[in-house]
Amino acid sequence: MFDIGILTAVTLNGLTVGAIYALGALGLTLIYGVLHIINFAHGSTLMMALYACFFLHQRAGVDPYTALLIVPPAFFVLGYALQRYLIAPLGFGKDINVLLVTLGISIILDNLALYLWTSNTRNIDIPQAQMFVELGDISLALPKIIGVAASIVVGLLFWLLMTQTDLGKAIRAVARERRGARIVGISVDHIFAMSFGIGSACIAVAACLLIPTYYVTPKVGDGFVLIAFTTVVLGGMGSFIGALLGGLFLGVVEAWSGLWLGESLGQIGVFIIFILVLLFKPNGLFGQRNT
Amino acid sequence: MTNMKRQTQVMLVLILALVLIPLFVSSKFWMGFWVMLLFHALIGQSWNILGGYGGQTSYGHAVFFGTGAYVTAVMQTHFGVNAWAGAGVAIAAGAIVGLFIGAVSFRYGLRGSYFALVTLAFAEVFRVIVNAWDFTGSGFGMLLALKPGAAHMQFADRQWFYYLVLLLTIMATGVAMWLESSRFGAHLVAIRENEDAAKALGINTFRVKLKAIVISAALAATAGVFYMQYFLFVDSHIGYGPSMSISALLVPLIGGPGTVLGPFIGALSLGVLSEITKHTMGDSPGANLMAYGVLLLVVLRFLPNGLMGLFRGRS
Amino acid sequence: MAVLEVDNISKSFGGLQANAQAHLKVEPGKITALIGPNGAGKTTLFAIVSGFVIPDEGRVTFLGQDITGMQPFDICRLGLVRTFQIVQPFAGLTVRENIAVGAHLRERNRSAALDKASALAAKIGMKDMLDKPAQSLTIAGRKRLELAKALATEPRLLLLDEVMAGLIPTEVSEMTEMIRIIRDSGVEILLIEHLMQAVMSLSDHIYVLNNGRMIANGTPQDITANPQVIEAYLGHGAADA
Repeated sequence: MFDIGILTAVTLNGLTVGAIYALGALGLTLIYGVLHIINFAHGSTLMMALYACFFLHQRAGVDPYTALLIVPPAFFVLGYALQRYLIAPLGFGKDINVLLVTLGISIILDNLALYLWTSNTRNIDIPQAQMFVELGDISLALPKIIGVAASIVVGLLFWLLMTQTDLGKAIRAVARERRGARIVGISVDHIFAMSFGIGSACIAVAACLLIPTYYVTPKVGDGFVLIAFTTVVLGGMGSFIGALLGGLFLGVVEAWSGLWLGESLGQIGVFIIFILVLLFKPNGLFGQRNT
Repeated sequence: MTNMKRQTQVMLVLILALVLIPLFVSSKFWMGFWVMLLFHALIGQSWNILGGYGGQTSYGHAVFFGTGAYVTAVMQTHFGVNAWAGAGVAIAAGAIVGLFIGAVSFRYGLRGSYFALVTLAFAEVFRVIVNAWDFTGSGFGMLLALKPGAAHMQFADRQWFYYLVLLLTIMATGVAMWLESSRFGAHLVAIRENEDAAKALGINTFRVKLKAIVISAALAATAGVFYMQYFLFVDSHIGYGPSMSISALLVPLIGGPGTVLGPFIGALSLGVLSEITKHTMGDSPGANLMAYGVLLLVVLRFLPNGLMGLFRGRS
Repeated sequence: MAVLEVDNISKSFGGLQANAQAHLKVEPGKITALIGPNGAGKTTLFAIVSGFVIPDEGRVTFLGQDITGMQPFDICRLGLVRTFQIVQPFAGLTVRENIAVGAHLRERNRSAALDKASALAAKIGMKDMLDKPAQSLTIAGRKRLELAKALATEPRLLLLDEVMAGLIPTEVSEMTEMIRIIRDSGVEILLIEHLMQAVMSLSDHIYVLNNGRMIANGTPQDITANPQVIEAYLGHGAADA
């Protein structure tokens, strides 16, 4: 039962999933760090992106890795518009209102998907899914390895964006001091929308990487929302490194709980961690303390 | 004061009208419509106590509802307990869950968005557990044996279910009215408006919030018991899934949070919207909730105080 | 017996020492003021006295009872109530409902509490605003409401945190008069204030806090002549100027 081989395999698998969680968490952390809102529609965005990849593959024969050039940019634009023209005006700037707005959006998206595409599970078949990479005794599906590699690349690009570009500096300025940023001429509304767009694009990338080994239903976003939040809270709301490490950690936790508690019960591992972190360390393990 | 009198008058008229409904409704379908409408008013009122009056928005109210449904099912199916006794145990169980979640969340000062997320997480934990556990029917859910008769809280004539849920809804509304005219209610509302100021004026905010969540949970569990007796079936998704949590919060939010009549207005609006959606978009799953989502956004845009805001005339 | 005794209170937040061995006494019948430059630690001291912050060291005694570390609501029930520097109204409620929250501390019955609130509002000149939502009040109105809420709890000691801030001169005079009336009705008062004219005209005894430490205390005359106080406000060497 506690065979080291199985544990290693499970851990490695967990890490590969965790890399994807980390990507999703990156996007959510950006949105939280800059806008200080908890984006409830994050899971629904993932779900929509998965459907986008699915239909691109089914109708146009575009494989998910090529879709990386199409879906994330599209979702960047959609995310930008969503924040600028729907969330911001409806939120009146009040925390609990914004949460409700994103809840409303997630309800609409989830059920739109259900209405249009039913609850039938979809998945796609690509040749890479049948290929495996040997790591000693363990073989991992190729898409998972690609997932990790791509996550690292995206993570690096993200870091470059935030530290080396003017946009990144503006984003960090707004995250730290909204009013001050406005005074020096930064369009805060634009930065908010950009952050939301980038966050959505990250989630879209995660979808492209996820779809070869995952399934697509309207409900797929639900569980993801909590996992993404757990990652963000665990890593410390607003810390990117924390989100990355948190994602990896949760991927492993999920894999281990699945191993020990069985498939159906395994999901609680993450939720319990979430509850514990919220109760005992709401600023996470890496977070900045809110004054 | 006059506001209170006016509300009481409106409530009495409303109750009278509701009591008379079965006299005008003959079709099973429409009777069912009214039953579900009151059911939603009931669970909406339960959310209203904690979220509307208390300002603690829970996104996982299903955790209390599902407990009510499952515990009474388990009591009757596995322990052969009578339906009414089972209901008592179930409501107590719901209250205990409320006590636990409240104690843990409020002790650590969880507010706003964090509290919303934690309630959601708890609902998910319960959902996964009942879905995996054979004792609670795992993926198949739980079925109650059909035993028509008042002694078993099952009625062959839908009309009696209507009167039962009406009674429960009146009871829940009575709690809301009590909040409007009691010190406890004043304390709860003060906490909603400004928790620190409330503390500074001598209010034990932890204890007040805890009481509120226990009451709210007990009422939601009552709704769960009713659901179980009416439909005779529950599964992890119905009991602890997001659908019921969303209904619980939408009803009072749309109708007017923190008001006695809000849940009724909200339940009516959602009920009507539901029927309209069914006729225009067909019975496809998802159409309903999608319409609700749109309504929520519309309300957030134009009426931050819900539809009651129109009646109250407050800025 | 002193109404309030603050002994040796120290508190630091991270690296910042907000209060260091701070001490003060409020004697019955004397309006006591706590003054000092910005960032001296005055509001922190208030927060500690009223139970919102737990001190690292030291003791707070109220009417002979040790209240250090007690919960804010228990302290309030004993008769010590504070107002906030940044006013904290119950925004969505009316003025009457706001004041009634305070009244409920001593009054269980809803309508009795509302009646008490109306009576209190009339006494402090807010009778016309009873049905207005708190968020529609001007800054002067909100300050007065803050005061009314606190008074409704029937306190023995009232902690006023910069209650004059943001008021124009006529409003300051009105507030000053109101504070005197409150004192005359038997309520002890400890106030934090920046407005020197108000401090000088109201206070019987003044404590000066600088960088978390008490640097002086005495009558208004003592304080204005004290070189350390002058330096604290105007900078090093100012006393010699």
